[in-house]
Formats: sequence, structure tokens, C-alpha cells
Amino acid sequence: MSSTRTLVSPAALRSPRGKALYWLVFGLVLVVFLLAFVFPLYWAVTGAMKSPVELARTPPSVVPETWFPETFWQAWQELDLSRYFLNTFIVAGGAVLVQLAVCVPAAYALSKLRPVLGNAILGLMLATLMLPASALLVPTYLTIADVPLLGVNLLNNPAGIWLPAAASAFNIYLLKRFFDEIPGELLEAARMDGAGPVRVLISIVLPISRPILAVVSILALVTAWKDFIWPLLVFSDPNEQTLSVALERVAPDTALNVLTAGLVLASIPMIVLFLIFQRQILAGLTAGSLKG
Amino acid sequence: MFLRSSGELSAAAAPGRGRWRRKLSENLTAYGLLAAALVVFALFSWWPLIRGVLLSFQQVDFVNPPTWVGFDNFERLFNDPLFGAAWRNTLLFTGLALLLGFAVPFLTAVVLNELRHARSFFRIAVYLPVMLPPVVTALLWKWFYNPGPGLFNEGLRAVGLSGLSWLDSSSTAMISLVLVSTWANMGSTTLIYLAALQTIPGELYEAAELDGASLWRRLVHVTIPQTRFVLLVLLLLQVVATMQVFTEPYVMTGGGPEDATVTVLLLLYRYAFYYNDFGTASALSLLLFVVLGIFSATYVRLTRTRS
Repeated sequence: MSSTRTLVSPAALRSPRGKALYWLVFGLVLVVFLLAFVFPLYWAVTGAMKSPVELARTPPSVVPETWFPETFWQAWQELDLSRYFLNTFIVAGGAVLVQLAVCVPAAYALSKLRPVLGNAILGLMLATLMLPASALLVPTYLTIADVPLLGVNLLNNPAGIWLPAAASAFNIYLLKRFFDEIPGELLEAARMDGAGPVRVLISIVLPISRPILAVVSILALVTAWKDFIWPLLVFSDPNEQTLSVALERVAPDTALNVLTAGLVLASIPMIVLFLIFQRQILAGLTAGSLKG
Repeated sequence: MFLRSSGELSAAAAPGRGRWRRKLSENLTAYGLLAAALVVFALFSWWPLIRGVLLSFQQVDFVNPPTWVGFDNFERLFNDPLFGAAWRNTLLFTGLALLLGFAVPFLTAVVLNELRHARSFFRIAVYLPVMLPPVVTALLWKWFYNPGPGLFNEGLRAVGLSGLSWLDSSSTAMISLVLVSTWANMGSTTLIYLAALQTIPGELYEAAELDGASLWRRLVHVTIPQTRFVLLVLLLLQVVATMQVFTEPYVMTGGGPEDATVTVLLLLYRYAFYYNDFGTASALSLLLFVVLGIFSATYVRLTRTRS
């Protein structure tokens, strides 16, 4: 296993003192990481399984003296989490599908078909990346409440989340850059065989683009699942609310052990998603930053 | 002769016309594929931007038609005692968030880059908080900050120190929110820095060490210059993001105690959705937009001239 030389030279690390220092630093970092990142999650999970009396005790017990795993089921029922989970899946899942449906064809058109005024349109789209989200908060809310041309009210409607999310310059940017790297000769060969631009997109570009589509999909899913302020505005109806909005609303009136259990349950999907799609998530993280 | 000339003409004309027809067809297809994006960008990005500016100069609620009021909305803002407090609080949050959110991830990445064992564990651990919904993080930490049986005060008491008031004191509430925000978000920046560090050629460190450079000098003269672009970009993005902080003050403190954590975005939210004063809310978001725009432009200009 060869690795690039870093700040500390391999020679320094091979000396006895270097080895001792390395393992000392490693041990310290391990302890700090366990305390800073793992222990809070442990505290939340075990806190949910303590009795309310034990939970309020000071000093606290590090390991629960009596275990109440049924608190999770209690939270699921008492907080009506199944409703909010379903709402959030609909909102987040729909956001992914709508974003792909809108941004993939657009990025392909801008990248490979390069229509008249395409650069101007791309520029106008990318310019919105410079906008702080807060600049659009109030006017987009008013737009959702009474959509121009259509005249519909999308408040308390998942489309109120899906459609603004589809106006994603970041997705356009990521996808177009990936499409730009697909060799023109490959697509031209398909054109020679009589395939039109749409057929080329579906049969050749999409299969080749599976990696970037995965990255864009996961980023879109995570963003929608985690979002708070925009769903807070769109979903005033408790029946329609997403997990984040509902948990914030019920928190003041919920027993601490039940609330903690609810928070743990609400965290599980994203953590599982991360453990499964770690590579795509981290690829998406650096994709927009390093090469930009 | 005439026949040949005529044939030649039609042969020459055909490719030109065919190419033009294909170009037209391609443009029509392209705009067909672009149609959905153009509609959603127009309705939910470009039009709201324009409308936001217009709203700043109008009185708008859900009952009466909008009326033009000139600079009344801005005047109302400047007369609001909370206006100054919101900007001071937001700048304090941003300043503290940069101190922690900039230095801590970078140093963490530098250290992680030197460790060759348990790399997967460290990456997963540092990024897990990023995956938590911010509301979940905020509610958990609100419990951790409880002055009585909260995790942090119990931790302090366990090592012989006295507990702090954290969210309940106007002098510690803002730093408390900054700690949450740093914990929740540092995973992204840490891993971005880590990726950047891994692109630095080993030869540069080798050459620096041969010149007798110490560990600190290698860090200052090799590591930081080589990652300068990423550092500058992330700094700009972090300023823009932290100036728009909302979830932590909204969920954990509600802007209290004694308005010590009312931020610009929280104040904007109140104007719009507590008072239904969308005009003044838009005026405030326009001011924030202008401030961030001026900062970004100045920042880009300064950093470009230096390079």
C-alpha cells in the first residue's frame, strides 16, 4: 500500500518516537471523536429507553438501570409518527422525482443540443446560486399561495415543496458538467443510426449517467428530508406536516423520554441512507466544491 | 450545360437547407426539453426575485390589494429596536461560527489526513451529524443544554466544574447556538478539506523539509497555500449560510432570552408570519441580500487581487 507523503514524513513515523507520537495522537483523536460524535447519539438512544424518573435524575446514569425499549413504540403511536413519516416520504420522494424530471432534460439540452440563447439561460439559472435562500422566502411563499397563470394555492400541498425544489441551479450545474464530459462522437454515432435527441438521451445518456443521477437523487432526498423552514411555511395544516415541522410543534407538550425516542426514530432513515450510500453522498459533497 | 448547372445548384442548395432544418429541429427539441425548467425557474426563482424587490416598497397582506408606500417599510425597520439587535446578533453568530466552523474543521482534516488507521470510522463519525435533520439536532441539544440534568452540565459537574446557564442566559445563549451549528455542520467542511489535502503533491512537503522547515512552517507555507482556493470558497459560503441562521434560534430559544438570539431571518419570519407584514419582511430580506451581495463582491475582489 503506497500513499502520498503528507505533512509528516514516513521516515519520521518509522522512528520509535514517531510511532509513539502517532499512536498517542491516534488515541486522542479516537477518544475525542467518540465523545464528540458517537456519545451524543448514544445518550439520545439510551435516554429514550430510561424511565422518566431516571431520565430526570442528577447525576445521570450512563447506562440505563432499567430498560424501556417500548418507549419507541409509545412515541410512534403517541406522536402519530407514521403519518409524518409518510408525509415526509411523499414530500422528499416527490421532490427527487420532480427535480430529475425537470433538471435532467434541461441540463442535457444545454449541454448537448446547445440551443440559441442557451448560454444566456444557463447564466440566468446559475445566477440564482448567488441568491441567499432568504431573499426568495417571502415572495416564493406568496407565489405558492397563488401561483401565477395557474391560479392555484399550493399551500398544504406537497407540490408547494416539489416545484420550488425543481428550480435547482446546483442540479443543473452538476448534471450539465457531467454531460459535457460525455464524448460527442458517442452521441453522434447514435444520431447516424437515426436516433433523435430524445432517444439519445433515454438510451445512451441516462445509462451512462447513472453515477451522477445517483448523487443528484440522494442529495435531493437528503435536502428535502432535512428541510425545516420551507415546510414550516407551506404546511400549516398539522395533518400535512413533515417530521421536522411536526416534531418541533409537539415538542413542548411531550414527555422527554417519548420526545427523545421520536427524535431517534426520525434520525434513522437518514443515518441508514448515509451508511448505504456513503460513497455517493461524499462524492456529491466534493463534486460541487473542488472542481468548481 | 444548363441541365448540369441546374443540378449542381440544387445539389449545393440541399445540404444548406437540410442543415438549417436540422438546426431548427434541434432547437425546438432543446426548448421542449428546457420547457419545464424554464417554467419552474420563472415561477419560483426569477419572478420571486423581482417580486421581492417590488414587495419591499408595497404594503402587502392577504386581505387588501397591495399599495405602494415608497420607503415606509424601510423606515419601519430602522425604527424597530429589534432591527439593530437582529443584525448585531446575526453578526455575532456569524463571527463565532467562523471562528469555530472554519478553524475546527480545517485542523480536524489536517490531523485526519495524517492518521492511516480507522479512516472509515472517522469519516462516518464526523459526517453523521450532517445527516440528522436540523430540528432533531436542535431538540436533542436543547435537552443536552438543560441546566439541571442536561448532558453538558452533568459533564462539567463530573469534572468538578459548575454548570452553565447555556440557553437560559443572554450572555451564553448565542455561543450555545454556535456550538450546535458547528457540531451539526462541520462534517461537510471537514471532508471537503480532507479531499483537498489529499491532492497536495508529496514532493512539496519533501522539498520544504529538506529546506529545514518545521512542522508548523510546512503547515503555513505548503498546506494552507495549496488549499487556499477551497479555504476561500468555503469561507464565503459559510458567511452566507450563517448570516441566514434560522432553525437553531427558532427551535431552541425562540429568539430569547431577552431577544439575545433574534437573528435577521428570525425577525423576517416574525414580520411575515406573525404580523402578516410581507412588505416589511421583504424589505428586510432585500437588505440582507444587498449586504451579502456587497460582502461577496468585496470578498471576491480582495481575494482575487491577492492571488
